Amino acid sequence: MSIYSSRRRTNFFASSLCWGAALFGLGWLLLILGALVVEGAKGLSPAVFTQMTPPPGGSGGLLNAIAGSLVMTLIGVAIGTPLGMLAGTYMAEYGRYSKLTVVVRFINDVLLSAPSIVIGLFVYEIMVAPMGHFSAISGTVALAILVIPVVVRTTEDMLLLVPGSLREAAAALGLPRSYVITRVAYRAAKAGLITGVLLAVARVSGETAPLLFTALNNQFWSTDLNAPMASLPAVIYQFALSPYKDWQQLAWTGALLVTATVLALSVAARALSSQRTSK
Amino acid sequence: MTVSPDSSTKVAVRGLDFYYGDTRALNSISLTLRANKVTAFIGPSGCGKSTLLRVLNRMYDLYPKQRAEGEVILDGENILDPRVDVNVLRSRVGMVFQKPTPFPMTIYENIAFGIRLYEKLSKSALDDRVEEALRGAALWGEVKDKLHTSGLGLSGGQQQRLCIARTVAIHPEVILFDEPCSALDPISTAKIEELIDELTERYTLAIVTHNMQQAVRVSDYTAFMYLGDLVEFGDTDQMFTNPREKKTQDYITGRFG
Amino acid sequence: MEHRVDQPVEDIDVSDLVLSVAPERAVEADRGRVLARLALVDAIFKNLTRSAAIIVLLLLGGVIFSLVHGSLPAIRAFGLGFLTTQSWNPVTEKFGAVAPIYGTVATSLIAMLIAVPVGLGVAVFLTELCPHALRRPIGVAIELLAGIPSIIYGIWGLFILAPFLQQHVQPAVIAAFGGVPVLSTLFAGPPYGIGILTAGFILAIMVLPFVASISRDVFETVPPVLKEAAAGVGCTTWEIVRYVVIPYTRVGVIGGVMLGLGRALGETMAVTFVIGNAHKVSGSLLAPGTTISATIANEFTEAVGDLYTSALIELGLILFVITFIVLACARFMLMRLERKGG
Repeated sequence: MSIYSSRRRTNFFASSLCWGAALFGLGWLLLILGALVVEGAKGLSPAVFTQMTPPPGGSGGLLNAIAGSLVMTLIGVAIGTPLGMLAGTYMAEYGRYSKLTVVVRFINDVLLSAPSIVIGLFVYEIMVAPMGHFSAISGTVALAILVIPVVVRTTEDMLLLVPGSLREAAAALGLPRSYVITRVAYRAAKAGLITGVLLAVARVSGETAPLLFTALNNQFWSTDLNAPMASLPAVIYQFALSPYKDWQQLAWTGALLVTATVLALSVAARALSSQRTSK
Repeated sequence: MTVSPDSSTKVAVRGLDFYYGDTRALNSISLTLRANKVTAFIGPSGCGKSTLLRVLNRMYDLYPKQRAEGEVILDGENILDPRVDVNVLRSRVGMVFQKPTPFPMTIYENIAFGIRLYEKLSKSALDDRVEEALRGAALWGEVKDKLHTSGLGLSGGQQQRLCIARTVAIHPEVILFDEPCSALDPISTAKIEELIDELTERYTLAIVTHNMQQAVRVSDYTAFMYLGDLVEFGDTDQMFTNPREKKTQDYITGRFG
Repeated sequence: MEHRVDQPVEDIDVSDLVLSVAPERAVEADRGRVLARLALVDAIFKNLTRSAAIIVLLLLGGVIFSLVHGSLPAIRAFGLGFLTTQSWNPVTEKFGAVAPIYGTVATSLIAMLIAVPVGLGVAVFLTELCPHALRRPIGVAIELLAGIPSIIYGIWGLFILAPFLQQHVQPAVIAAFGGVPVLSTLFAGPPYGIGILTAGFILAIMVLPFVASISRDVFETVPPVLKEAAAGVGCTTWEIVRYVVIPYTRVGVIGGVMLGLGRALGETMAVTFVIGNAHKVSGSLLAPGTTISATIANEFTEAVGDLYTSALIELGLILFVITFIVLACARFMLMRLERKGG
């Protein structure tokens, strides 16, 4: 057999493996999403959005968990985004060539990929333990700490993409540095900055571990930031691991809601960023 | 080598040295920009003409490793003095760049942006100023019906004129042009050269160009630079017909470049 | 009085200047005032951004400090023995990290063994083999897989995958490797469904899109001219990948793999559901076990007593150190790639 045909066979073999890999990956996506939709939809009803989490054996919904997730995510993002954006701005603008930026960039990457459960432990140590009890506010701080690295990274990346000539043109008019940044650079990077926030929200929407020992969980409706608060991920965790069928059903439905939210946010973020690059 | 300073001098450069880090890029440059005239800086790549231009509005301040020593006198004041407010300076000495850089805003906003920074005007007064600036850049006719569309939607030549309009809108005294036409087609280039001629009525202009013919067409005075030195400075017509220095002669006849 | 340009600046009377060139100078004075006001805004903004950057720095410092601080009671009580003891007894307050550490390493290793080749295969597929029209949708689909929250993988694993493995796959595997020397211990029954192998497999599915997407991005940095040169001498697609693409991007791929490893090591929710939560190191991959993050997630809120809590925090510290080292190496490698490609 000639060398050429054996090379062709190797090529065919290797390519088939790659096709197989792609099908493997896609296959699992379909299986997971499929199961999620099928099982989750079984429990979908208006009650899910109007009633509180029930005791075992009772019927109910996920209202307090949904509300809790919304509240904590929004506050966490509201705290983390400005901090992250300001830090990212320093790194891309004032401190672009400074040593501090190099260090912060590394630290930020570590925080970005650090296990979120460790962040939960950290917030437990600095907030829950001194306060003496679990609370929603600790949960929001944990989420904020997860938001910050994402926003820092995207803000720095997006601002670095703004051409220096645009900044020079603004400076040439006599604009003070802060105006050059806020009125011109931010504007030019707007789509990218919003994408960053959306990605951060998508990331923290599904986080469970950091909430487990900060906000804990709450069977009832509560908007008290100083008390434990329910969240979808925490409820899913509790209900799925329980032996009760109706709790398990609610867990699936909750999982469907969380996934739908996260996917919608990711798709929105991509749409925004491709709109930017196509301009 | 220099034209002697007198009351028609707007900017006088005296003994200017410039450094990128430890490397000296300009050696003891002395020349003057006459009021309401166009002065061209020409020379081969790397000669320092853009560097010199960017000293005149202290653009190099934005970058940590760059510094200038010497004197640049604008109306009696040395603008290199650290006590000078750089932002005020830049409002008096405007700059138009090689690449057209409209802000990511509407055409109207591009112009109004700079005006608003310094003055509080009523809407109608602002409208008038925007129109004045666009007329001053010979762009009004082409954009008057689409003032509230994005500046990025204009052609290259129009964008560059928008940048010029943006610069004149804040009523500077000097305008610096850094190879303004090198990114443009010949027709836009001609329009801008025409504009430069009109602008001398109100402003003092300096232009960096790598195109010698352009220097001949638009400027009254020319400075020829080579590797950071000012080789020759004088009347444009004189320099191109009867240069004093051999190097100038060699450059303009294309012996090197 | 007109001033002359060669007159020393100190001799010039400011009022003369204003009078002689009045309108321009008046405007300049006005502007000076406006811009002086803005100078304060400038200074505040600059300091605000700098402080924010420093806060990020302090955050990491805070995490490390609080972990160490919280671990101190356990460190003092157990010393280095913590890393070698298997027992985990809340009643007698004797804690050892062997089982969680083993579980973390084992599940991550299994995950990487599956995810790396498959992820690279997907990346090669996306960059070389996939029909152009499908490239974007499939690429997006792979990234969506990466975005699914880990708790979803957890409940899917618990309710769908584990029972399936228990009923159909594991009995077959146990039977198949029954007589084989090493493998029969490695795959010894009973078929729980959940366990180290299942957890590793779930982790593999989670890490796969990560490795695939980073590898794909890295593959796309190969200059087309290099690939064309190889094609020009008659290389098949696979040969181009093997002899041009992979060597060129080797460092970046390794960086991406290490980032995936970092993720696998720290994963909590997906693993907690399917690992079985047994503080034991068992010879079989089909047996239940535990990982560091699963232990913390399961037991932290129930932990009674300072020593128990402190032992759990020490586990967290160990996990943090391991992932920190992996991430630092990954970063270092990716930095080298950027420098080369730049």
